[in-house]
Amino acid sequence: MKKLQSTWYNMAVVLTLISVAMGAALAYVNQVTKPTIEQEQQKALETGIQKVLGGGDVKVNEEKTLTDANGESLQVYYTDKGMAVKASDPKGFGGRLVALVGLDYEGNILGYEVLETKETPGLGAKAQTWFQAGAKGNIIGKRAGDLAVSKDGGDVDAITASTITSRAFLRIVNNAAATAMGKPDANTSATGLHKN
Amino acid sequence: MKALRIFLNGVVKENPTFVLLLGMCPTLGTTSSAINGMSMGLATMVVLVFSNFIISLIKDIVPNMVRIPAFVVVIASLVTILQMLIKAYAPEVDKSLGLFIPLIVVNCIILGRAEAFAAKNNPLDSIFDGLGIGIGFTLALTLLGAVRELLGTGRVFDVALFPETYGALLFVLAPGAFIALGYLIAIVNKLKKN
Amino acid sequence: MSKFIISLSPHVHGGDSVEKNMYGVCVALVPALLAGLYFFGLGAAIVLTTSVVSCVAFEFLISKYILGRDGRSVTDGSAILTGLLLGFNLPSNLPLWLIVLGALVAIGVGKMTFGGLGQNPFNPALVGRVFLLISFPVQMTSWPVAGQLTSYLDAQTAATPLGLASQGRLDNLPDATDLLLGNMGGSLGEVSALALLLGCAWLLWKRIITWHIPVSILGTVAVLSGLLYVADPSTYMNPLTVLTTGGLMLGACFMATDYVTSPMTPRGQVIYGVMIGIITLVIRNWGAYPEGMSFAILIMNAFTPLINTYCKPRRFGTKK
Repeated sequence: MKKLQSTWYNMAVVLTLISVAMGAALAYVNQVTKPTIEQEQQKALETGIQKVLGGGDVKVNEEKTLTDANGESLQVYYTDKGMAVKASDPKGFGGRLVALVGLDYEGNILGYEVLETKETPGLGAKAQTWFQAGAKGNIIGKRAGDLAVSKDGGDVDAITASTITSRAFLRIVNNAAATAMGKPDANTSATGLHKN
Repeated sequence: MKALRIFLNGVVKENPTFVLLLGMCPTLGTTSSAINGMSMGLATMVVLVFSNFIISLIKDIVPNMVRIPAFVVVIASLVTILQMLIKAYAPEVDKSLGLFIPLIVVNCIILGRAEAFAAKNNPLDSIFDGLGIGIGFTLALTLLGAVRELLGTGRVFDVALFPETYGALLFVLAPGAFIALGYLIAIVNKLKKN
Repeated sequence: MSKFIISLSPHVHGGDSVEKNMYGVCVALVPALLAGLYFFGLGAAIVLTTSVVSCVAFEFLISKYILGRDGRSVTDGSAILTGLLLGFNLPSNLPLWLIVLGALVAIGVGKMTFGGLGQNPFNPALVGRVFLLISFPVQMTSWPVAGQLTSYLDAQTAATPLGLASQGRLDNLPDATDLLLGNMGGSLGEVSALALLLGCAWLLWKRIITWHIPVSILGTVAVLSGLLYVADPSTYMNPLTVLTTGGLMLGACFMATDYVTSPMTPRGQVIYGVMIGIITLVIRNWGAYPEGMSFAILIMNAFTPLINTYCKPRRFGTKK
């Protein structure tokens, strides 16, 4: 077969055809994968919430988007076992740090999970394990609100050589508690599943 | 026989990373561990095989002057499809490589092979070329990832070989990628000379 | 034209050589070496010995068995100097294996990879130090308190003045005498500003280095930190403290002046020095690390070829 000449007509038709064919393929795959992707995301969120609230089945009663004192928006899931708060802080060592914090309704920490981190591997990235129960900087069971690293006069051991990460992480926990426990209806935009 | 030669050419003689030095962005960006490097290599290989095949099929109906935009449309669509599939069926891979998957579009290996091989050869040979280059890329990325993971954290594929306290963090970070790649290329050149 | 006299050969040799300059710098380091031993005792001795011995050993092994040379380059003194400077840049309680690793990176990666002395774009000792600093931040940033003469690994540690400053605690910095003599925490060879200046004066007197690089670095830092201090004394340190803390003095006198990695012409050297000063202050005040001297020097090392290209002396007889 001889190669098509580069005339305006040929070029326009061929490019259009290729784009249409590829567009159709994309649309088809999108349709097939979309429900699965959403399911996966939902599942990841649910597993996260269960994990930070101490495991087991959790029923989410209400979901709200709040704004903390620093103007960061955070997501609060009120459940029968406590609150799971997805909060973030822009001032980690490497950039934004996002964590899911589990609290009971008194403000005691039940668990946490670091969701997004740009911290240094081997140092700040240890936040995922460092503050867990039994680890050096254990915060589980403590009351969130005014946690601080020992360098700043608090009683939490900072990650070795990663004070900035530790501070950012504790800010997240404190802000999560302060905002979620604060007046839930003040300056909020409720996206509740169903109100109590 | 010809197919085997094309395949080996991609893996050894024209290894995209160690010989052609193509696709440096994913090479340096994703190889912080052996498993990450391997996933990136495999993802690239899948795109490469399909793009080579499709481009070889359509090479005669694409006018010369618009071949690059036509190829880019094909490659970009394939990458997007791959991304959706990974998101749906391998969310773990998506978590660690998410940022780099869309960048496969601009990986010069893929457009390079489309231009240099697929646009001149038949579809079957193009598939073998894609496989060869893809496996060469995967091997190189896995090796680089393994070296960096070992030196940086004392592990390879998450199997601890020595305690993490002896790992030099630099190798997990970006500058370590440059240093490790430089020495790997030097070693490969030395081996090829002998 | 009348001043330019060319005579026929034979010419008189000036007696200048690599060995003479290298050992000259080593001699200039003696005051700071003594100060380091005085403040950090046993630890300093162990660190320095290990560093020098392993640098020389790696130089010999690599040049003989990997590059296939005769290995005589060990005697030119450059490996000893690299070893000394690397040791000067380390805390005195660093474990042995880390020092050996740092020496391997300094000599192997920083120098021999590029072909040995004269070919390396970056200061080898700083390559070794920065490699260790980034790779092992925990060990590299636990600074022993000065005055523990008999301790090595078990030395008690505390924050350095720059560490305190980066946490915004400007109230309990050491006083002026301690700053000048070096009675504070830090890398073992960088603490004593006075001893380093003494060595620097010797280098200038012996004409091993010219004044351009040290003066332009220290001058830039003094002027800029002075401006910052005047603008806001509660956040910024006073210029005297800035000049005497961290690796600034050591870097300005001994690291930045390395022949191989600094620009060749006086004009180029001043540009180089001013930029090092600016980058150091920027990293110290607004960067993530409390000290930026080694990074500043390495960054400007990378610019040296470019500076050399644009600061060529005018060829004699050509128009401007």
